Amino acid sequence: MNITVNAKAHEVSARTVEDALRELGFTSPSVATALNGKFVARNRRGDTDLREGDQLEVLAPMQGG
Amino acid sequence: MKIYGHEITSRLLLGTAQYPSPAVLGAAIRESGSEIITVSLRRETADGTGAGFWDQLRDLGCRILPNTAGCHSVQEAVTTAHMARDLFDTPWIKLEVIGHCDTLQPDVFALVEAARTLADDGFQVFPYTTDDLVVGEKLLEAGCEVLMPWGAPIGSGQGLRNPDGLRAMRAHFPDVPLIVDAGIGRPSDATQAMELGMDAVLLNTAVAKAGDPTGMAKAMALAVEAGRAGFAADPMERRDMAVPSTPVLGLAALS
Repeated sequence: MNITVNAKAHEVSARTVEDALRELGFTSPSVATALNGKFVARNRRGDTDLREGDQLEVLAPMQGG
Repeated sequence: MKIYGHEITSRLLLGTAQYPSPAVLGAAIRESGSEIITVSLRRETADGTGAGFWDQLRDLGCRILPNTAGCHSVQEAVTTAHMARDLFDTPWIKLEVIGHCDTLQPDVFALVEAARTLADDGFQVFPYTTDDLVVGEKLLEAGCEVLMPWGAPIGSGQGLRNPDGLRAMRAHFPDVPLIVDAGIGRPSDATQAMELGMDAVLLNTAVAKAGDPTGMAKAMALAVEAGRAGFAADPMERRDMAVPSTPVLGLAALS
């Protein structure tokens, strides 16, 4: 399945957000996720299915003002 | 000072961006005495850059105020706020909804809408706003318990462009915590804000881009403290004409 993660194209075998994070190496617990512009809570990643063409955002703490 | 029920001792809030190094960032935060620091959310890399930064922040022991910097719509800001709450485990959110790319001034209409949505969902919102009194009233009605008027455009270091507007906010909202957010460039700007009766100052670039960020963090802390003490001591009224401070009575006739 082809999805976009943080603006980069990826081909993944994962079927859920949680599996995609693991497959793509986002192993840190310090990330937040949104799928197609909608927030996906940490405890919902395992039952949030991916579809062809989905856009996944994986955000982390960064410096800010 | 109490914000959303939390007693805060330091009236200086500090941003974490643009420092020359993580070590300087840590030193500046410690020297500032700030208890509240702002952070953002950005795209993570597979090597875990954000996790390292988060580890450093936790070691500093400050309260985290995540922001929605860079958001230009209600949906972007609300989604970012939810992601921040999930990540930082705090209901606090510094709500920025930018309306203009050049000035980075807030879109106050979208700001009020986003604030209401988030407050209804249990967030404790710190809205980055202008010094407009009506907008302030709308934000309070939306559920905000603190207002953060700008002093000048973000990162400009221009100081307070409209002190009268801030003075009016203080008079109009006597019991609402007011935090000047953005535009502070020098310690004297921070002092001026505090002398006007603001409850606190939030700044970032003025410290991060100083030649000596750690030294400037200390200077800002002192400036905020001096301004607050000056406000509390009730400054004298300005006069148009000179008035001798040394008694005229008893002056010798020497000519």
